[in-house]
Amino acid sequence: MSEQIALTGNEALALAMKQINPDVVAAYPITPQTEVVQLFSQFVADGVVDTEFVTVESEHSAMSATVGASAGGARAMTATSANGLALMWEIVYIAASTRLPIVMPVVNRALSGPINIHCDHSDAMGARDSGWLQLFGENAQAAYDNVIQALRIAEHRDVMLPVMVNMDGFIISHAVENIKPLADQDIRDFIGEYQPAYSLLDPDQTTTYGPLDLQDFYFEHKRQQVDGLEHALEVVLDIGREFYQLTGRDYGYFEKYRLDDAEIALIGLASTMGTAREAVNNLRKEGIKAGLINLRLFRPFPVQALREALQDIKVLGVMDRADTFSLNGGPLFGEIRNTLFDFGNKLKIVNYIYGLGGRDINLSDLEGIFRQLLEVKENGKVKQLVNYYGVRE
Amino acid sequence: MVKLKDLTKNKGLLSGGHRLCQGCGASVIVHQALQVVENPVVIAVATGCLEVSTTIYPFTAWRTSFIHNAFENAASTLSGVETAYRSLKKQGKLAADYNFIAFGGDGGTYDIGFQALSGAMERGHRLLYICYDNGAYMNTGIQRSSATPWGANTTTSPVGKVIPGKKQYRKELTEIIAAHNVPYVAQASPYHWKDFSRKVKKALEVAGPSFINVLSVCPRGWRTAENKGMEITKIAVETNVWPLYEIEDGEYHITYKPKKARPVIEWLKPQGRFKHLFAEANTGMVEQIQQHVNRRWQKLLKLSGQAQ
Amino acid sequence: MSKEDNAKKGWRDIPIGGLITESGNAEKYHTGSWRIKRPLWSREKCIQCLFCWAYCPDLAIEVEDGLVIGVDYAHCKGCGICANQCPAQALEMISEDKSDVNDDKAEVDHEKKTE
Repeated sequence: MSEQIALTGNEALALAMKQINPDVVAAYPITPQTEVVQLFSQFVADGVVDTEFVTVESEHSAMSATVGASAGGARAMTATSANGLALMWEIVYIAASTRLPIVMPVVNRALSGPINIHCDHSDAMGARDSGWLQLFGENAQAAYDNVIQALRIAEHRDVMLPVMVNMDGFIISHAVENIKPLADQDIRDFIGEYQPAYSLLDPDQTTTYGPLDLQDFYFEHKRQQVDGLEHALEVVLDIGREFYQLTGRDYGYFEKYRLDDAEIALIGLASTMGTAREAVNNLRKEGIKAGLINLRLFRPFPVQALREALQDIKVLGVMDRADTFSLNGGPLFGEIRNTLFDFGNKLKIVNYIYGLGGRDINLSDLEGIFRQLLEVKENGKVKQLVNYYGVRE
Repeated sequence: MVKLKDLTKNKGLLSGGHRLCQGCGASVIVHQALQVVENPVVIAVATGCLEVSTTIYPFTAWRTSFIHNAFENAASTLSGVETAYRSLKKQGKLAADYNFIAFGGDGGTYDIGFQALSGAMERGHRLLYICYDNGAYMNTGIQRSSATPWGANTTTSPVGKVIPGKKQYRKELTEIIAAHNVPYVAQASPYHWKDFSRKVKKALEVAGPSFINVLSVCPRGWRTAENKGMEITKIAVETNVWPLYEIEDGEYHITYKPKKARPVIEWLKPQGRFKHLFAEANTGMVEQIQQHVNRRWQKLLKLSGQAQ
Repeated sequence: MSKEDNAKKGWRDIPIGGLITESGNAEKYHTGSWRIKRPLWSREKCIQCLFCWAYCPDLAIEVEDGLVIGVDYAHCKGCGICANQCPAQALEMISEDKSDVNDDKAEVDHEKKTE
């Protein structure tokens, strides 16, 4: 185990990629991910990685070349943000349907328009139905740890699906934190040598990738993707346990914080959950039974585990840093209500759409949200189901 | 010297049972190109007629490693495979020597795949990109592309009461790719199989990207008889509509010069897509095409140091 | 869902990702039924220039040891390019209706040969 060092989130991601030492990286610069590409280019220029780096002319080509490299039997990675992910869109779906175990850090940023470079989750949430696994993390350490684990999850023979590792833009990507990286050798042992199941570069087994798949087989191939995601639920926990033994850092589907006797709780993703943890502590000092679920795995969605975790909660606030424009709440809200619909408990749910385009949310905001949940608990009524929190009227 | 008898010795890498139309030029081009490949090869194909007709699940007509990703990214996808190859070779994880060939129609090459192609050429991947240029989006039903010739009737440049077909000249993609300073660029025709085979061989030998633009007959889109495909392809060359040349490290060479160029009317007349040019209302259009072809040919002579 | 689909393999029994691992299996798909005219090849007239082999869009000219030996009617779609390009008139297009060659027999023969 290495010593603690101070790194920005982007530096932590680049370090993880360096230690993974992928065969191919194809990436294009975009704020706030740019630093990852720059740092990695320097590793290549200094000869400290074996990676061949493809300086593609767009994110569309970044994902296309990554798909090609992965189909060619290479361990292949890319990284992007926001509009870059949007430009990749078509090929993001193809990567999943071709069952290529690509790992892609996404430094989350608001999608245009209007153009904005700051954090929200509209980029990742737009790709939620693409068939990728999606991991979120609260800080640089989580992003680093998730990238390492993502590789094992993606390449697991029962999964064989790409994984998107999300990290909040600027808030985490450009802030310095103390993180504990693993030793190079520990990572090498943890991820192992990559053995592709199929490869375009296998002279003994020539394979056709990407055929025209019509009414008679397309549906079967989609069903197979679902099967991979079903297996992923188990694999995510197995790899998490293995990682815990190596590092002492615990990763499952989500982190439960002071939830056991909680009556009101928040569920959400990424850096906001760090602030929310502090809000829980402050409310607990006042004797308010507040708790928290810091969700790590958004795709596949851990339905059963969430039902169990939420069974004694009276009021749940769902924090969404993206909207669906359905007029029916944010993406996480939809998943949570869907999860709990048949649950038969009396849980009240309130949705908070917040922080779009990097709008700050601070400790007192989150305490205020908890107090609103407390009010719902006391008078039994949800005044407003979907709330745009922090917007000027 | 390439001999057909020698070429038949290689087991073809494209099988029968593909579902391209009767008389399609695309499979003729693929067949001829792949007969000269000696190493294992990875093929990438852009979405289009060739791709959909050769890989209808669970069948594939490719007896080689093959990838189709999407419409606009055959070049970037193959550049990823080629990079995987270099990386695995460098690390001693792969022994075999490979060639990399992409095929795309003119829509997937001149238009939607242009950026990815330009990027792959500029980055210097050792891959050969072959465009089978039939001058329109044939797979979706004959829509105009930037390769469609001036005056041609397509479903999105239809002949109407006030507009007589496509109003723009085709983009000179061969020259545009040459401007990327890649080591080998050529224009070819499957009728001239010897010339084409030699060009493919040369392209695979250079230590960098290469590009060959090949004229590909489409009986449906051109409105020509199925059995006349090679005949009309030959006429394209004999009229200087589709000159055969190559650009090696920036040097232009014309590889076939018609003894006496035949008039473009011989190219236009057998094709239904040009039928309206012969209507009284459109007098002068054939002459305008002739003038354009003459100008292009003079420019090519100049570029190859043979200006008259 | 048709009866035919029911007879096909389920999702557990096919390779993932839409991969086709049996290269060149399109050969099993016979496009010969598209033909309305068939090329008849004359061994006597053939000068073995192999142009028909080079120009056939359907890879349907059968060659052995560098010599044309016939036409693969299982895959020939009958475009007629071979006959059009043959410098020796060794290939003649005749209507399938008027063909005195038993079509079924030709295809069966071909299958035997390729097995």
